[in-house]
Amino acid sequence: MMQDYEVVVGIEVHVELATESKVFCGCRTAFGAEPNTQTCPVCLGMPGALPVLNRRALEYAIRTALALNCSIADRTKFDRKNYFYPDLPKGYQISQYDLPIGSNGYIYVDVEGEAKRIRIKRVHLEEETAKLMHAGDDIISATHSLLDFNRAGIPLVEIVSEADMRSADEARAYLSKLRSILLAMGVSDCKMEEGSMRCEANISVMPRGSKEFGTLVELKNIASFRAVHRAIQYEAARQIEVVSSGGAVARETRHWDDARGETAFMRGKEEAHDYRYFPDPDLGPIVIEKPWVDRIGDEMPELPDAKGERYMREWDLPKYDASQIADSRDLSEFFEKTCAIVGDGREVAKWILGEVLASLNATGIELSESKLTPELLAELIELVQTGKISGKIAKSVFEEVFNEGKRPGDIVRNRGLLQISDVGELVSIVEKVIDANPGPVADYHAGKTRALGFLVGQVMKETRGRANPQETNRILKEELDRRA
Amino acid sequence: MGVSKEETARIAELARLSLDEAELARAQGDLSEIVSYVNKIADLNTDGVAPTVQPCTVSNAWREDVALPSLSREEALANAPDRQGEFLRVPSIIQGEGDGE
Repeated sequence: MMQDYEVVVGIEVHVELATESKVFCGCRTAFGAEPNTQTCPVCLGMPGALPVLNRRALEYAIRTALALNCSIADRTKFDRKNYFYPDLPKGYQISQYDLPIGSNGYIYVDVEGEAKRIRIKRVHLEEETAKLMHAGDDIISATHSLLDFNRAGIPLVEIVSEADMRSADEARAYLSKLRSILLAMGVSDCKMEEGSMRCEANISVMPRGSKEFGTLVELKNIASFRAVHRAIQYEAARQIEVVSSGGAVARETRHWDDARGETAFMRGKEEAHDYRYFPDPDLGPIVIEKPWVDRIGDEMPELPDAKGERYMREWDLPKYDASQIADSRDLSEFFEKTCAIVGDGREVAKWILGEVLASLNATGIELSESKLTPELLAELIELVQTGKISGKIAKSVFEEVFNEGKRPGDIVRNRGLLQISDVGELVSIVEKVIDANPGPVADYHAGKTRALGFLVGQVMKETRGRANPQETNRILKEELDRRA
Repeated sequence: MGVSKEETARIAELARLSLDEAELARAQGDLSEIVSYVNKIADLNTDGVAPTVQPCTVSNAWREDVALPSLSREEALANAPDRQGEFLRVPSIIQGEGDGE
């Protein structure tokens, strides 16, 4: 049944901009400050207080729009979006209605190995609302709600996609790409768990191959990448169930309940808001001149896609590896710093995508929280490159470097792991192994070359893995041939 | 140009005002008068005039991103009708809306 239908998803994302001060007043934007200590008459909506635009917030919004390949409006303005809700001190939100800063953009998202173009309808700047907490177990049983106005007035960028996604996977891939772009641009920290990146999804279903979209349902309260995926899957299945049993999907807004793993009715079309947008007379028009936009474009940090292509070019990395590193700001910074020391991108990439990611996943921490530094990883790689330790030993040392931040050179010395490359020493070990294993030696001489592997293994056992593998192979063969 | 009774009721609802019949009639009359008065501006020929939102001709009035001191919590909550500890308190909200929608 599912395969007879196509899911259509559009996504609306809100991100808090990483400015020092709020968008229309000088209050700080720091997350986690004591409640109600970052407010002033402007962000509390006191009568007579007047907003003044934060120039950097506008610049970040322009940078965001450019990174998403949008056209930038040459004239824009702010509008009042009127509705009553306790998190909105003025009874309206300063937003942008008909002249968003950016429009008609797109990004490419990886969908099963293919780059799919997802169009961006608009990017606009608005103010954040206050944080509302429900005193009680849940929103239904709460008798009161508590307000923290620290969040009110933090600059917020709204990014609206076209309904170009066709599955929960695509929606998640879009969000993850969007996040990596915003992080690379340095405009937001995009922490879904702290609410600095939030998303809403518009979902409808239609018979496969149809040109006409079904009735759209708006999903709110999606607080993680995982929730996005689950919520869309659940909602799509619900709608398909309704449609295929002859019913009609109602045009409504639904609430994602992450604990129960289902969506619930929140409000219907007839209760939809009438926002009565009108231009905010407290804020003058904004003229965005071309040279300014050009300069913002020129000063823009490298985008993840461009970075990935550069890694492919500079270090000859496979596409998948290159984009995996480039899409993460943490990984790419670490990668570049390590490469600058050790000068072997392929080797560094191998370590980062192998041991480093595995350790991060196992410990559940961020790279920036670990004790591993580019200098330490570079030192470890250099120990292998210069033949001081084998790759295998390097891997066994890694965990200690990662967990305790110890220098690989020190660990190797203290644990006596330096590789044995000295020919004289290796020859004497090889001789000992040959003498002790007449059976395999006879096998080798009889043409069973596999016996060589066994003998190499014995040398490794004898040296606790420290024998230089290439040298061991060479000496062992020579010695065996000499005795043949 | 008049404002209908239905429009008046809708406007009252949006403004969260509950008006009885007499108040509704009075509001309808007042609104109709105000709208007719303001509507005189529609008689002007505005061909070739860009939409003007405010008389002030200044554009790009902005400030740099510099943090300034905020009010203390006590000052900020001084006029709050109800509070609980560090927070301003309001009656519970049934529907989970808001959040910068």
